[in-house]
Amino acid sequence: ENVDLQKTAFLLRKAWTLYSVTPLYRFHRGRLRDYARLLSAFIAAEKQKGLAVEVGVELDIKVAVSSLADLRGSEQDQAAVLVELSLRSRASSRNSEDKLVWSGWFCSVYGDDLSENMPEDFTCLPLFLTHGAESYTSMVGSWFQKTFDCCFRRLAISPLNLSWMVAMWAGCQLDRAASAVELVFSVPCLSQPLDISYAIHPEDAKALWDTVQKTPGEITQEEVDVFMDCLYAHFHRHFKIYLSAAKLVKVSTAVASAHCDGIVKILHSQHLLGVLMLLTELAISQIQ
Amino acid sequence: HLATSLPLPSERDHLRPRIDLIVFMIDIKSKYSLKNVEASLAHVDASFFLGKVCFLVTGVGRVNACSIETNAVCKLGETYCSPVLFCELELEGIRAVTAQRLLRMLQICAGHIRGVSALSFVSLMRNFDDD
Repeated sequence: ENVDLQKTAFLLRKAWTLYSVTPLYRFHRGRLRDYARLLSAFIAAEKQKGLAVEVGVELDIKVAVSSLADLRGSEQDQAAVLVELSLRSRASSRNSEDKLVWSGWFCSVYGDDLSENMPEDFTCLPLFLTHGAESYTSMVGSWFQKTFDCCFRRLAISPLNLSWMVAMWAGCQLDRAASAVELVFSVPCLSQPLDISYAIHPEDAKALWDTVQKTPGEITQEEVDVFMDCLYAHFHRHFKIYLSAAKLVKVSTAVASAHCDGIVKILHSQHLLGVLMLLTELAISQIQ
Repeated sequence: HLATSLPLPSERDHLRPRIDLIVFMIDIKSKYSLKNVEASLAHVDASFFLGKVCFLVTGVGRVNACSIETNAVCKLGETYCSPVLFCELELEGIRAVTAQRLLRMLQICAGHIRGVSALSFVSLMRNFDDD
């Protein structure tokens, strides 16, 4: 995986909220600076209307839109697009650094299913990840929707997909000592909500996955089911609780963690593209 | 009659009326419910699979909460030659319609509808690709 580690360091260890985006109409990579100016004006106008709740000092929002050439799966994928919103206080001196308050990026990693038969005018970047205040997300989203006639939708992750993720990521080979594999379940139908956290030693989890997976590089639904059933059976043996009747809400491994509300944290650059490929697939299935 | 799993307790066998239809309920949000149904199927006499068994999958309205692959359930239906119905119990309209469908199936299985028997369900299950 030839991803420039320097450029992608900003992705790691941040909680990204996921959205699926329909293809952008007449998006031109050469006009990124223009888009930044237009978005900046739009945000200033929204603030004037009083829609963004920033009480106190009059603050300038600086917008930067850039292209991340390496952040893609194959040559068919569009390169990722990064939007950054920084705060520039008028009170501060010329030399002070702008404070990054919001970032969001569009990407597509092996998103051929969507881009295959797409007409020329459309740019496919089905996955949108944001970090920062919701108010900024909705302003940026509105501008993109108005300008490129696209549609954003929150991407939720079902327990089925979460179990796929934990099986894949627990089986990943990592050079450094890894953190525990953790699964969090929410127990339904109780008067008070109950969460169960199940932590497994990463080496045990990987050893289990290695006995289950038949073909390296390939994963089947049956293998994921067997892996999860082993974990459930082990838990039942000790605690007499059927985790399979509870709702899997969050999974966490040394590679990445994911929450059913569509929030993901990528912890290791080594498997970045693998994680993004899975998320791109989820985004595409939500669009289609 | 409702039961959380099969087999039914044998103490009440002599009091039990004839069973005309078995509906296995699978909650798409609970993998456990699928495993439970699979285990219970082993306790059902083969004669029931001639149209007197049906699978009812509930909770399909919430796609984001699903813990079971729908393919797995459809395969179960094919393996046991029994229809698979999908519904969402939280919606009153769908709940009512599903209840009516089950009631109609039960009437047929109990022999209350002339000219149609439970065996008709089996012939409807046959794939048109089969030759």
